[in-house]
Amino acid sequence: MSLTNDRAIDSEIVTTSPGAWRMRDWRSVLTAVGAGILLLSAVRVLTSADALTSAGTVGAALAATVPIAMAGLGGLWSERAGVVNIGLEGMMILGTFGAGWIGWQHGPWAGVGSAVVFGALGGLLHAVATVTFGVDHIVSGVAINILGLGVTRFLASILLEGTPGGGRTQSPPIPPVGSFSVPGFGALDTIEKKHWLLISDLAGIVRGLTTNLSYITILALLLVLLTYLVLWRTPFGLRLRSCGEDPYTAESLGVNVYRYKYVGVVVSGALAGFGGAFLAVVAANIYREGQTGGRGFIGLAAMIFGNWRPGGLLAGAGLFGYTDALQLRSAVAVHALLLIIAIALLAGAAWQLWRRRFVSAAVLAVIGAGLLTWYLRTDTLPGQVTFVAPYVTTLLVLAVASQRLRPPKADGQPYRRGEGR
Amino acid sequence: MRLLRRIGLVLAAPVLAIVFSVAVTSLVLLAIKASPLDTFSTMLNYAAQPRTQVLIINSAVTYYFAAVAVAVGFRMNLFNIGVDGQYRLAAMLAASVGGAVALPAPLHVVLILVTAMLVGGLWAAVAAVLKVRRGVSEVISTIMLNFIATGIIAYLLAPGRLAVTTQGSNNLGTKPIPPSGQVPGISLIPGTQAQVYGLIVLAILVGVAYWFVLGRTRFGFDLRATGMSEAAAVASGVDVRRMVLSAMVISGAVAGLVGMPQLLGASYTYSLDFPAGLGFTGIGIALLGRNDPVGIAVGCLLWGFLDNSAQILNLENIPVEIVQITQGIIVLSVVVAYELVRRYRVVAEQRDVARALAATPKDEPALAGGAGS
Amino acid sequence: MELRGITKRFPGVVANRDIDITVTRGTVHAIVGENGAGKSTLMKILYGMQRPDEGTIEVDGQQVTFANPSDAIARGIGMVHQHFMLADNLTVLENVVLGAEPRSGLRLDAATARRRIRELGEQYGLGVDPDALVEDLGVGERQRVEILKVLYRGARILILDEPTAVLVPQEVEDLFQALRELKSEGLSIIFISHKLDEVLGVADVITVIRRGTTVATVDPKDTTARQLAELMVGSELPSPATTESTVTDVPELTVEHLTLTVPGGRAVLDDVSLTIHRGEVLGIAGVEGNGQAELIETLLGTRTPTGGRILLGGEDITQWSTRRRREAGIGYIPEDRTRHGLLLEASLWENRILGHQTQAPNSRGPLIDRSGARDDTERIVREYDVRTPSVDVFASALSGGNQQKLIVGREMSNEPSVLLAAHPTRGVDVGAQAAIWEQLRAARARGLAVLLISADLDELIGLSDSLQVILRGRLVAAFDPQKVNPEQLGSAMTGAGGEAA
Repeated sequence: MSLTNDRAIDSEIVTTSPGAWRMRDWRSVLTAVGAGILLLSAVRVLTSADALTSAGTVGAALAATVPIAMAGLGGLWSERAGVVNIGLEGMMILGTFGAGWIGWQHGPWAGVGSAVVFGALGGLLHAVATVTFGVDHIVSGVAINILGLGVTRFLASILLEGTPGGGRTQSPPIPPVGSFSVPGFGALDTIEKKHWLLISDLAGIVRGLTTNLSYITILALLLVLLTYLVLWRTPFGLRLRSCGEDPYTAESLGVNVYRYKYVGVVVSGALAGFGGAFLAVVAANIYREGQTGGRGFIGLAAMIFGNWRPGGLLAGAGLFGYTDALQLRSAVAVHALLLIIAIALLAGAAWQLWRRRFVSAAVLAVIGAGLLTWYLRTDTLPGQVTFVAPYVTTLLVLAVASQRLRPPKADGQPYRRGEGR
Repeated sequence: MRLLRRIGLVLAAPVLAIVFSVAVTSLVLLAIKASPLDTFSTMLNYAAQPRTQVLIINSAVTYYFAAVAVAVGFRMNLFNIGVDGQYRLAAMLAASVGGAVALPAPLHVVLILVTAMLVGGLWAAVAAVLKVRRGVSEVISTIMLNFIATGIIAYLLAPGRLAVTTQGSNNLGTKPIPPSGQVPGISLIPGTQAQVYGLIVLAILVGVAYWFVLGRTRFGFDLRATGMSEAAAVASGVDVRRMVLSAMVISGAVAGLVGMPQLLGASYTYSLDFPAGLGFTGIGIALLGRNDPVGIAVGCLLWGFLDNSAQILNLENIPVEIVQITQGIIVLSVVVAYELVRRYRVVAEQRDVARALAATPKDEPALAGGAGS
Repeated sequence: MELRGITKRFPGVVANRDIDITVTRGTVHAIVGENGAGKSTLMKILYGMQRPDEGTIEVDGQQVTFANPSDAIARGIGMVHQHFMLADNLTVLENVVLGAEPRSGLRLDAATARRRIRELGEQYGLGVDPDALVEDLGVGERQRVEILKVLYRGARILILDEPTAVLVPQEVEDLFQALRELKSEGLSIIFISHKLDEVLGVADVITVIRRGTTVATVDPKDTTARQLAELMVGSELPSPATTESTVTDVPELTVEHLTLTVPGGRAVLDDVSLTIHRGEVLGIAGVEGNGQAELIETLLGTRTPTGGRILLGGEDITQWSTRRRREAGIGYIPEDRTRHGLLLEASLWENRILGHQTQAPNSRGPLIDRSGARDDTERIVREYDVRTPSVDVFASALSGGNQQKLIVGREMSNEPSVLLAAHPTRGVDVGAQAAIWEQLRAARARGLAVLLISADLDELIGLSDSLQVILRGRLVAAFDPQKVNPEQLGSAMTGAGGEAA
């Protein structure tokens, strides 16, 4: 079963292909980002919600983005090899425990390594079940989630009970990993405080992205880049992707599909574990039960949002992380988000109108107007709205853009060697 | 003899899975220097106590709705992972409705139950419509809807909206349901004051209805056919879109009942500590019981036993979570076991038929038309 | 390349018997034969996917055995499958180099690959944009990618399996041009097809295979299509059973200008019109893949036509759902019984219900009538001689022939007015086949209208009251089964009779 699109149901949908990234795609991305920052800046000035682009928010957003992005990256590796992995949450939980248990005794980097191993073991179990035994991918994922939680709690009650500062639901503190700031950007602080349109915002954003970066964050971002390079620029990556697109074709060309699927799923677990390490080591400095908070699933959402590509995934994770950080820091800013989305929708409506797409223009206009009214008539937004934002966004993306989504073609389908057409 | 063989085949997979799981659990216990035999006997002794038995049955009643809800979906090859969100949303809204009105006793209960089923069905319908109209996989959409339901519940469960503070504690809950809406328990097990949830009756009814609708009605036939082979079902005239919608809605409606035993038999209010995660329990049990109403019932009792008897392990310094490991392994191994048994069964039946027909003289065929293409 | 005495047996059938073929370097050697003649098995042997039971293969004078396709590839043999093995979401370049990627360090050397693909494309007239997504390519271009895949790995002998099956005429010409280029560079091409007009246009040598063995090897310059057709089909056609005609003049099923186009532009059904009267069997002959399956699906309601009307007994049913059509009396014997006709993991009596859920004796109101269904299934088992110990066994436990008998019995049981029969005796033993034919004849005498699609000429000629031939989605010829001769039929089926390439 495919994780997103059951094309059998609606065979009338004609797919349009985004195709490979071309120059014009880069230009439109940059334009969109530029327009977005401009909009943010304008609204900030309008509403005095400085938190929208402050360095503090951006820094917090980055921290919130990392675990989501790692989970999503894990999902990407697995699904690109053709195996649906909804057990990321369980693997992440294992990772948080691994980091906590080893980390408090042997230092943060040992904790990170241990988290990766724990997560990878979860991935290995998923791989054995799905690839070797042909268990349905979803069922296995559900089982891993149950097992991940159970094993973690079990081990915690044995290994963490009685430790100084720890107990069955949390570990003792983990020594921190160093962080560093890119030199020379500290001066941006003064510019930011001037609250000038656009310039101060840029200053804030840049400062947030360059100060107090944990080494793990940097490692995480490198992993995203590395994923792109490996999967799209090496023979290994091509073969792995071919297993997710058309395993029988790959088989006919001599690719050992089983092996690549195993690699994809184990790496997927390792990445989820790494995301858990971030949560334990950097975000909280301890392992705590329930720390993952569903990020394994938000990561999946980010992966879908990013159309199964690392860049898009990072953008999606960034979006979710940004709203999460904003919500923790400033209710006014969250409220201002409504205005931003309203303006963006109305602008979109105008664009659709110009392209003579009256129906979608009308829909966008109505929703935009609705959000605008909501903004004007309230002072704050309930916290739950930002809580559900990633999930609602994912549903919308799936529902509206299902034609432009491009999951690996053989994703979720059982594969047995020799049973080709 | 054949009957015995059939029963054997049916039981083989779950039994294999349980045995395997027990074996692994024993290994884990040995690793933490606990004695498996002692552990299991402690649990069994505890389970023999009447009070525990009531607890087990009560757990089983709750799980039953979850498992049947999931099973309805499974029969159609649909994964309703959204049972979790469906039942919590249904319980909260039904509790609010129940606390807000005052009706004579049977009507009040019926109102609450119907509300729960409606909410559950509607929430599942969202995923169904997305699947049918936009091709969105129900796996992802129901997972997302679970979280959205959590958000909705968190939003509504605040003072000033649907919640009131319970006396003397910080707990927020919906307005308690008056006695006319409560379902009295049944003293089923002698030797203890504790009572079994009255809604066990409803659970049995749901089980019977599940068996009947799926096994004896045209609609049920269409549903099972679609699950077995969509191509054959389409060729036979089944409207797959309508089927998906119906199946998901029914699944959601049954899911809505999951919280009812607890709500109407014990807590009478939906509060922050209402049990969560029962959706995944339902998935595990549905798999173990292979979507069969009786199999699921047995699975529920087993799960209930594991969950409740584990409490006693605290006294032995064995982490209670060991049963979660057992349960997780059961889920994984039962699916593998079913696949293995299924393959064996197909081969065995073919052999049987061949043998049975060997009695009659066979006209050995040269295959006609289209062979060796 | 030389094949001598190749023989391959499968349980119950000899697929290839004593095949002798010699392929000279730098030629296009065509292998023609009908479906069921043994072409695909031979191909698999050539390519290393199967091993012959007897006989030898020589390449460049050396005897070889292939244990798997990689051995064949290593020997310079490249296979271009009929059903392309291409990953839609990957680019042309990625598809071509997969498994044989050029490297520079750890990286995939895309530049080198791109250059090589462009080179090959120019050299042989197989130009494709290496960075295009395969999904965006038309069928002709995809085929070029398949050929490039093979050339990229250094193939000197190309095997093309029914390459023109999915091409439009212009693409066919482009392909032949490319083949001539390849030939002039010294590559050898083995071209497997059933389309005689095309084969005559491009081949240097033609080998005809019938019933598993080589029948003749001819020079296209000296042969006509009709002669080829006769070689393929054989000069003996079964004499139809002379019975009283039961054809009435009451039309039961009428099809008017039915058209079905797929995204991509190809007309899978092209202005098909036909009428079947009560008591008539209309047979449709044609090589598989020419629209027969789509015709049946459109009539059944599982596919929506892009144009045209369908009338059942005068009523326009074009918009009706499949269930409604079934209830109105359209029966269906599917071509692929395990996928479309049976629930393999359900009992026989439950399979009896399939397709007729809303009708007695299977159901009463909203409920399934178990005993009614069981009794009726037992009747079917008796009347149609379905060999089974009971009606409770799973359908998967029955042999193919018995499964088919069950299906036939089921479909005949609710007094259908129209029967859509697609290859009704495929994979069925001779005895069962005769029984099924009898039942069809009896039903026809009672007024049943039958649309019969088959690859078995015995069946078509023996059962049909009128015969039509379908080619590339159009009905191109109509014959009287009592009077048609093999060449005519063969020619029409393969387009040799005047259908321009």
